[in-house]
Amino acid sequence: MIHFVLLISRQGKVRLTKWYSPYSQKERNKAIREISGMVLSRAPKLCNFVEWRGHKIVYKRYASLYFCMCIDEEDNELEVLEIIHHFVEILDRYFGSVCELDLIFNFHKAYYILDELLIAGELQESSKKTIARLIAAQDSLVETAKEEASSISNIIAQATK
Amino acid sequence: MNPFSSGTRLRDMIRAIRACKTAAEERAVVRKECAAIRAAINENDTDYRHRNLAKLMFIHMLGYPTHFGQMECLKLIASPGFPEKRIGYLGLMLLLDERQEVLMLVTNSLKQDLNHTNQYIVGLALCALGNICSAEMARDLAPEVERLLQFRDPNIRKKAALCSIRILKKVPDLAENFINPATALLREKHHGVLITGVQLCTDLCKISAEALENIRKKCTDGLVRTLKDLANSPYSPEYDIAGITDPFLHIRLLKLLRVLGEGDADASDSMNDILAQVATKTESNKVAGNAILYECVQTIMSIEDNGGLRVLAINILGRFLSNRDNNIRYVALNMLMKAVTADGQAVQRHRATILECVKDSDASIRKRALELVYVLVNDTNVKPLAKELIDYLEVSDQDFRADLTAKICSIVAKFSPEKIWYIDQMLKVLSEAGNFVKDEVWYALIVVITNASELHGYTVRALYRAFQTSAEQETLVRVTVWCIGEYGDMLVHNVGMLDIEDPITVVTESDAVDIVEIAINRHASDLTTKAMALVALLKLSSRFPSCSERIREIIVQFKGSFVLELQQRAIEFNAIIAKHQNIRSTLVERMPVLDEATFIGRRAGSLPGAASTTTVPSVSLPNGVAKPVAPLVDLLDLSSDDAPAPSSSGGDFLQDLLGVDLAPASQQSAAGQDSKSGNDVLLDLLSIGSPSQTSSSTVDILSSNSSNKAPVLPLDDLSSVSLSSKESSNAAPMMDLLDGFAPSPPTENNGPVYPSITAFESNSLRLTFNFSKQPGNPQTTVIEATFTNLTSNTYTDFVFQAAVPKFLQLHLDPATSNTLPAAGNGSITQNLKITNSQHGKKSLVMRTRIAYKINGKDTLEEGQVNNFPREL
Repeated sequence: MIHFVLLISRQGKVRLTKWYSPYSQKERNKAIREISGMVLSRAPKLCNFVEWRGHKIVYKRYASLYFCMCIDEEDNELEVLEIIHHFVEILDRYFGSVCELDLIFNFHKAYYILDELLIAGELQESSKKTIARLIAAQDSLVETAKEEASSISNIIAQATK
Repeated sequence: MNPFSSGTRLRDMIRAIRACKTAAEERAVVRKECAAIRAAINENDTDYRHRNLAKLMFIHMLGYPTHFGQMECLKLIASPGFPEKRIGYLGLMLLLDERQEVLMLVTNSLKQDLNHTNQYIVGLALCALGNICSAEMARDLAPEVERLLQFRDPNIRKKAALCSIRILKKVPDLAENFINPATALLREKHHGVLITGVQLCTDLCKISAEALENIRKKCTDGLVRTLKDLANSPYSPEYDIAGITDPFLHIRLLKLLRVLGEGDADASDSMNDILAQVATKTESNKVAGNAILYECVQTIMSIEDNGGLRVLAINILGRFLSNRDNNIRYVALNMLMKAVTADGQAVQRHRATILECVKDSDASIRKRALELVYVLVNDTNVKPLAKELIDYLEVSDQDFRADLTAKICSIVAKFSPEKIWYIDQMLKVLSEAGNFVKDEVWYALIVVITNASELHGYTVRALYRAFQTSAEQETLVRVTVWCIGEYGDMLVHNVGMLDIEDPITVVTESDAVDIVEIAINRHASDLTTKAMALVALLKLSSRFPSCSERIREIIVQFKGSFVLELQQRAIEFNAIIAKHQNIRSTLVERMPVLDEATFIGRRAGSLPGAASTTTVPSVSLPNGVAKPVAPLVDLLDLSSDDAPAPSSSGGDFLQDLLGVDLAPASQQSAAGQDSKSGNDVLLDLLSIGSPSQTSSSTVDILSSNSSNKAPVLPLDDLSSVSLSSKESSNAAPMMDLLDGFAPSPPTENNGPVYPSITAFESNSLRLTFNFSKQPGNPQTTVIEATFTNLTSNTYTDFVFQAAVPKFLQLHLDPATSNTLPAAGNGSITQNLKITNSQHGKKSLVMRTRIAYKINGKDTLEEGQVNNFPREL
């Protein structure tokens, strides 16, 4: 299973963290520090796997962002690499050629997408289209709720005039 | 309304934080925002609750404490609208984890949401439950999740399936309830449901034998069919990755088939065809295809043996191994590691390629490859493999050397075909990477060296040469110093020259001392090395009389050392060299051969108690000179946890032996200091080696100081027999004996004829002394000791040791044998020569210690001989 997902910028700033196994805040900070130290210092063209405390970190760099996933010793590293790519493609489709800034200002959206992709550290959906559809449906639910709220407040405002 | 709560928008806050130039500025911004959010929380502000929580999540991601927002999550989750719930659940998953008590409060809301009419809200609840539920929540909500596995919408079914995985991880005994709904998912067409269903079944099989049996029986064929359909399916854009339809589903199906096929021939048989098809037909030019092949190979290697498939799998790995992509090579090495147990021979064929990977520029690949090489080593290939690795050691990265060195040492120790090869390889490793060699490794090397008596000369010469080029390697320095201390004379005289050796240029005694001097003055040398060098110097001072004065000068320099241990040793050693020429050669005898079996047993940590008690007697000394046994114990104990026990007992023994000598010391106040130091030297001649011994040796000194008084009593009595008014209990028997002798002055007149005495008698052993004097030398007495076995068992490894007070000098000749036949059918005799410097004033006194084995069991007998004729 995937124990956690980290998005780290080239400068070592954390852009997204998702923990599927229990780590205390102290352990989380330590893990982030250690892993960004290992991953950021690796030269390009080396393999995308590093061993870390009996687990493996599968990472891949997209532009200025490193996508890291921590998996068990016996998991399929190549598949996890493919899952990372899957995630990036969905983000790309959602934001329209995604960049780091999108993920900073809309971090919550990135989390929503991740929650449609992974639950309990396991893959949930292999179709990009399905995920995009589910996210769109939920976004529109939020939009309608907002509109309703504003129209209600308009009505209230008019009534109280 | 609170002036802060309308505050900044999320976007503005993120901008403000990003605009910060220093960490302090960022902290200030965050503090201000947190204050505003807290104020809003206190106001119970509902309008901006979700915005505040979003801000908190961002702040949390930056690593600031956000616990005060936890309750806000719960409030948002409890509110009726979807937008509030969505952000509330996200906050719950980010800000809390399963160990927080607060989490229990959400159970009720979760239960309601799992039964909500809006399927998206159900989805949110399932997602939160799957990501952070605790065991209690899992138990409470399992029925809801179980029901949702049959929900009409497939997107809820897949979420419920993954949620079930989490629940089963927390509460495995719920497995039974999930078997039927889980197997139902395997018949679905929707890929999301199928993927999660297969995953759920895999996890179920791992925790429940019942589930495994059930799924194996009912679903294997169906799964094989599903995989076949998938592999043969036409292009479908929704799931296509690099020309393959849904590789994720492929991989999960292969994984479940592996679990089902393991240990079941029928199931394995039914999946052979499809595995062969996947292994041969899958495109291997993209990551997705290789991921499937990798999984497929893993399944083939795990299920019941099918020769043809295995060959196919090993071939795929061979192809992977020669791939240019580092990722592929990494997984190949990983997989070969698992394949070694299944088919070691096939893996051996790729040895050369694997060995190349050890030298790769990528640390991850190197590490994998090294581990693989390590398991590939066997008796037949150890020599070339070790050579390759050691050659590589020279050029390897600094941070890889520690791993590499440890592995090489382990390989060499495990498979060495002969001692000379082992010593050669270890010397190479020490010269290349001595600083990475662990303590146990060089201890082991020293043990092997002492045991290879025919190689002593060869080894010390090789070390001498290695030292010239690699003096910066700490452990090499230590081993060199130790060996020169022990076998320095062999270095100088070219003893035991082997045919294969290069002729060495003549090494003079002073060259050998140079080495030790360099070692002791090396800036980088640590305490252990310096202390070992001091001991080596002491030993050399006796082996090379011509350098004795120079050595003393080196030692004297350390009398001012700030390190207590070195200072103390320097003072003691200096005293030995300056004032005790007569005992020095005995003190610095060559170390007895260290017992390999004991050492190995100790390393393995088997029966530390037994090992520690046998150490002392198990030294197979030729019966002879009383040798310090403590150093041996200490050396061996450096690595083991039970060090204090045996070393202190060894120390005690010697202290006991020499304790006698403290009596005259206190009487002759002038010699007091010296005798104490002489005592200490014996106590911890070599214990000096490790800093951990420092404290114990200090204790030794203290205790020997305190024992100054105890032994005085009997000897006071001894010398003041005539005042026999003293009624000390331990002195009483002795006085009787002496009284017995007192009225026998004629012996003195009768010239050199003395009565024999029984020096020691126990149930099992009798020791008698016969005395004679050499004419013209009244101070010296020759004692013939005769040992008689009183039992019906033969004693083996018989060792007699003796110690005398300072005013006496003792010399032991070798015994006639070290085996004592049973029931008086023979005896061992051994000659002792005692010189009494206080002849006529004091009588002889002696402590004895006799060690032997009965049927391999160690026995130890100790005694004090006080009944010598007075005039000896």
